[in-house]
Amino acid sequence: MVLPVKPTSGLANRSGAAARGVLAGLDPRKSGGKFRKRLLRAEPSFRILSKLWSVSWLYVLLICVLAGVGYVSLYSAGGGSARPFAGPQAMRFGFGLVLMITVAMMPPRFLVRIAVPLYIVAIGLLVAVLRMGHVGKGAERWIMLGGMQVQPSEYAKVALVLMLATWFHRISYARMGNPLWLIPPAFMVLLPVGLVLKEPNLGTGVIIGGVGAAMFFAAGMRLWQIALLILPTPVLLKIAYAHLHDYQKARITTFMHPESDPLGAGYNIIQSKIALGSGGMWGQGYMRGTQGQLNFLPEKQTDFIFTMIAEEWGYVGGIAVIGLLLLLILGGMIMAIRSRNRFGRLLALGISVNFFLYCLVNLSMVMGAIPVGGVPLPLISYGGSAMLDVMLGFGLLMSVWVHRNSRFGEERDEQE
Amino acid sequence: MKLRRRKEPKRLMPIRDLKDPGSGVFTRRALLLMAAQTAALGVLGRRLYDLQIRDGDHFAKLADNNRISKRLLAPPRGLIVDRYGVAIAANKTNWRALLLPEETTDVQGTIDRFSTLVPLDERDRARVAREMRHKRKFVPVMLRDFLSWDDMARIELNSPGLPGVLIDVGTTRFYPYGSLLAHTVGYVAPPNEQDVAKSALLALPGMRMGRAGVEQSQDDLLRGESGSVQMEVNAVGRVMAELDRVEGTPGDQISLSLDVGLQRAVLGRIGDQVASAVVMDCRNGEVVAMVSNPSFDPSLFDSGVSRTQWAEWTSNERTPLINKAVAGVYPPGSTFKPAVAMAALSSGAISATDRFFCPGHFDMGGARFHCWAKYGHGSLDLHQALKFSCDVYFYEVAHRIGMEKIAESAHAFGLGTELGIELPHQREGLIPTPEWRRRHGHHWNGGDTVVSGIGQGFVQVTPLQLATYTSRIATGRAVEPHLVRAVNGSVGAKAEPTNWPALDMDPKFLDALRGGMFAVVNEPHGTAPKARLDIPGVQMAGKTGSAQVRRVSRALRESGHFNSASLPWEYRPHALFICFAPFDAPRYAVSVVIEHGNAGADAAAPLARDIMTDALTRDPVNHRIPPGQTVADAE
Repeated sequence: MVLPVKPTSGLANRSGAAARGVLAGLDPRKSGGKFRKRLLRAEPSFRILSKLWSVSWLYVLLICVLAGVGYVSLYSAGGGSARPFAGPQAMRFGFGLVLMITVAMMPPRFLVRIAVPLYIVAIGLLVAVLRMGHVGKGAERWIMLGGMQVQPSEYAKVALVLMLATWFHRISYARMGNPLWLIPPAFMVLLPVGLVLKEPNLGTGVIIGGVGAAMFFAAGMRLWQIALLILPTPVLLKIAYAHLHDYQKARITTFMHPESDPLGAGYNIIQSKIALGSGGMWGQGYMRGTQGQLNFLPEKQTDFIFTMIAEEWGYVGGIAVIGLLLLLILGGMIMAIRSRNRFGRLLALGISVNFFLYCLVNLSMVMGAIPVGGVPLPLISYGGSAMLDVMLGFGLLMSVWVHRNSRFGEERDEQE
Repeated sequence: MKLRRRKEPKRLMPIRDLKDPGSGVFTRRALLLMAAQTAALGVLGRRLYDLQIRDGDHFAKLADNNRISKRLLAPPRGLIVDRYGVAIAANKTNWRALLLPEETTDVQGTIDRFSTLVPLDERDRARVAREMRHKRKFVPVMLRDFLSWDDMARIELNSPGLPGVLIDVGTTRFYPYGSLLAHTVGYVAPPNEQDVAKSALLALPGMRMGRAGVEQSQDDLLRGESGSVQMEVNAVGRVMAELDRVEGTPGDQISLSLDVGLQRAVLGRIGDQVASAVVMDCRNGEVVAMVSNPSFDPSLFDSGVSRTQWAEWTSNERTPLINKAVAGVYPPGSTFKPAVAMAALSSGAISATDRFFCPGHFDMGGARFHCWAKYGHGSLDLHQALKFSCDVYFYEVAHRIGMEKIAESAHAFGLGTELGIELPHQREGLIPTPEWRRRHGHHWNGGDTVVSGIGQGFVQVTPLQLATYTSRIATGRAVEPHLVRAVNGSVGAKAEPTNWPALDMDPKFLDALRGGMFAVVNEPHGTAPKARLDIPGVQMAGKTGSAQVRRVSRALRESGHFNSASLPWEYRPHALFICFAPFDAPRYAVSVVIEHGNAGADAAAPLARDIMTDALTRDPVNHRIPPGQTVADAE
C-alpha cells in the first residue's frame, strides 16, 4: 500500500504526518512500499542509534566541562564540601543531561506540534506565580510544583523560543514583509515579558525581550520595520522607567553611585568588585578566595559564582570561563546556520541568543556594569530551575543539529 | 542517512539554498549576531582586565580592610592602695559560666539543666533571654559569674549534658573594704553609650569606668592602654583566625594618702551617727581619713544596682550615696569665728586686745540678736571671745568690718571655695556677699552681715573645707587637700610641706587665733574641755560649733523651755568641731560634723578628740609596708 504523497504544510497535514510515524523524521515523499514500510517499522531502534551517533558529542563535552567548572566552584562555595551545593547540582546536571539527549531525539515535526500547548502552559504558570508565588528578595518568582521549587520565567523563555520558531516557520520568509503577520508574535513576546516584569524580575524580562527581538531580526524582519521600531524607543524607555518598582529604580541609582549606600543596595556590587579585584592575574588559589570564603561576597553560589571563580582563579580563570561560554554560544549559532529548515534555524538561534543573554546579563552584573538582577550564570550557578531550563534548551539545540538536514516544511515555501 | 552523510561534504556553512528564500538573510544576520556576541563578551573580558589587573592592588587593599579586623584588648585596671600599700581597689578573677547558643540545639533545656547545678534566679534568666535576643548566635552569653570551685567542679562533671556551656575567666573590680571607703574610692560601672562614643577602648567587653570618687577622677590613669589583636573575620564578624597580638599596658597604681586603719577607727568611733569627719595632715594637705556615714557597698555597681536598692538609697534622708565630707554643706556656726577674727585683725578695725561688752544680745536697726549665753559674757577681748565663743563680740566685729572683708578672709582659708581634691561632685559651699545677694535679686541687710559673723545665715561650708581651714590656721601655709600621694610608687611634689606657699596673713594674727583655739580646749571655762587630749605633753587646739538649722522664735526662747535636745531629729542643730594637734608642732587637723548632733561641745568635740588621739598614737610600723620601701618612706 502506497500512502498518498501530498505536499504537507505544517498543521494542515499534521494527522497525515502522525500516521507516518512521528519519529520517522524522514522526507515523507520518499516513504512508501511494503519493504520500505517494514523497514520503517523496524527502523526506530536503528534510527535512535543513528540519531545518537549524529549528536555533536564535542558540544556535549563542552557542556560537561562548564558543568564541571560549576561543580568545582560550588564545592569551594560550600566551604570545601559537596554539600550543600555541589552534590545536588551534579545530580541535577545528570538529570539534565538525560533530558537533553531525550529532547535531542525529538523531530522538528513533533516539536512544532507541542509548541502551542507548551507556550500556553508557560503563560499559565507565569500567571500562577503572580497569584500564589513565593516571594524571594522582594519579588514573586517561585512557585511550588509537586514539591519542587519552579521558576516559571526560566521555562517561559524556552517555550517562547519554540513558539516564535514555529510561528515564523509557518508564515515563511515572504510574509515577513507584511507587518500584520508580525503582530501576533509581537504579542507572544510581550505577554511573558509583561508578566515577568510584573513579578518583578527585571533581568529575566530583559532577556526574554532580547531573545524575542533577536528572533524577529533573524527571521528576516525588513530593515524599514526595524527602523520604525527603534526610532520611538527612547520615549518608550522613559515610560517604562516610570512604571518600574521602587527597588528596581533603586538598583539603577545605586548602580550609578554604588558608594552612596555601601551597606545597603550597593553592597553587592562593591563586594563583587572587591573580590574580582583581589583575584589579580592568577587568583588567590582554589578555596582560598578571602572575599568568597569569608562570606563578604553575597550569594556566591548563585548570582556571584563568577566573581568567586575569578577571585580564586584570577583573570586567567575568568577569561577561560568566558571563552568556554563563548564557544558554546558560537557553536549554537553555527548549528543554527547549518540547519536546513527555517524552524530549526530559528529555534537554534533563539536558544543560543538566550544562553548568550543569560551570560551577558550575569557577567555584566557581577562586574558592576549593569544594575544587579537575579540572573544566575547558566550551567555554573547553583539552582535547579535554571539548570533544567538550560539543559532543555541545549536539548532543543541538539535536536536541531540532529535533524539539520530534514527538509521539514519546505514544501509550502515552494508553493508560494 | 548514513549514505547521505557520506555524500555531504564537510563544511561549516551550507551552500546557499535557492529554494529557501529566507536562508541567506538568516545566515547574514546570524553572523552579525555572532559578531555582536563575541564583541560583547570581549568588552566584558576587557572590563575584567580593568578590575583584576589594572585596579587589582586597590581592590586587594579593600579586601584586606574587609577581612582583617583589629580588636582592642582590655588592659587590667590599675590598683588603688592606701598610704601603706594596702589594696583598697583591686581586680578579682571572676570565673563565669558562658553559654554559646549555636553549640546547643536545645537552649532552654541546657539552661534548665544548668540551673539544677548552679541555681539561676528569675533576674538571671531574664537577662540571659534578653542578651540572647540581641546577640549573634556565636557570641557567648554569660549565665552566672563568681562561680565557686564547687560550682565549677559540678559544671565540669556534667559537661556532656551541657552542650555550649563553657567556663571562662574575667576580672571584676573588688573593694576589700567595701562601704568603709566607698565615698572616697568610688566605684566602677559599665560605660554608657556617650562614654563609648568618646573612647573606643571603653567599648571592649569587661571595661569599666570610674563613676565616683578616685575611681572617677583618676580614671585616665587607672584605665591603662589597650593592647590589640588582629583577626581575620568573616562577613558577619565571626573570628576565623588570629593574625597578630600586642598585649596592653595595665593602668597605673594609685597610692592614696588615706590610712585604712585610721579610717576604720574613725568610722567605728562615729558609730551610727549621721556624720562626716576628715583627718588631714596639716603640713601638706594629705587627707589621711575621710569618713561619711552612712555609706554603701560599691561592688554592687559593677554588675548593676537593682531598682529597689537604688530607690532605698535615694529616698533615705541620711543620704548614703552622698559623700558628706565634700558634698555636704552645713552652716559652720561658731567654727567660723576664727575666720571672722582674722578678717577683723587684718583689716585693722580691731586689735586682739580691744574689749567689747556682751549683755547677752546685740541690737541693730530694731532687731535683736541673741548670744548663746542668755545673760551675756560681760567685757571680753578676742582671746576670751574665742574661748567662750561669745556671739555678741562677733556680731559687733562683723557689723564693723562688713561682709566683704569676712568673705575675703574665709576664702583665703579655703571656705566657700572649690578645693583641688581629686574627687568629683564636690560642692563649693557659700560665703555670702552683698554682691551675691543682689545678683539673686535681693537686698543685703545689715542683719545678714551680723548673723554671718557667727557662721549662720547663708554661710555654708563642707567638712573638707573646715579641715583645710583648720590646717591653714595651724601651719600658716596654703595647703590644698589631696588624696593621691603617689602614682606607680613615685611620690608627688604635693607631699613636701615646703612646696606649699605661706598664707598672706600676719603670723601674729594667726598666733592670736591659735591662742584662742588653744583656750577653747585647754583653759578653764573654755567651751570644749571634753576635747582635751589624754596624751602627756601633747595639746590640742580647737573650736566648737553648733549650727541651727531652724530659726528659734523669740516666744520659744523667752519661754525658757527651749531645749534643742528635745526637738525632733531633723530640727536639731548640727554639731561641729575643728581642731589641730600637737599645738606646738601641728601635725593633724580634724573636722567633725554630726548632722543634728546638737551641741558641738558635747557631741563633736569628744569624737574629734578620740580621732586625734588615734591619729597621733597610730604607729606606722604596725602597717604592712610594700616591698622596697622603708618605714620612713611609707611615713
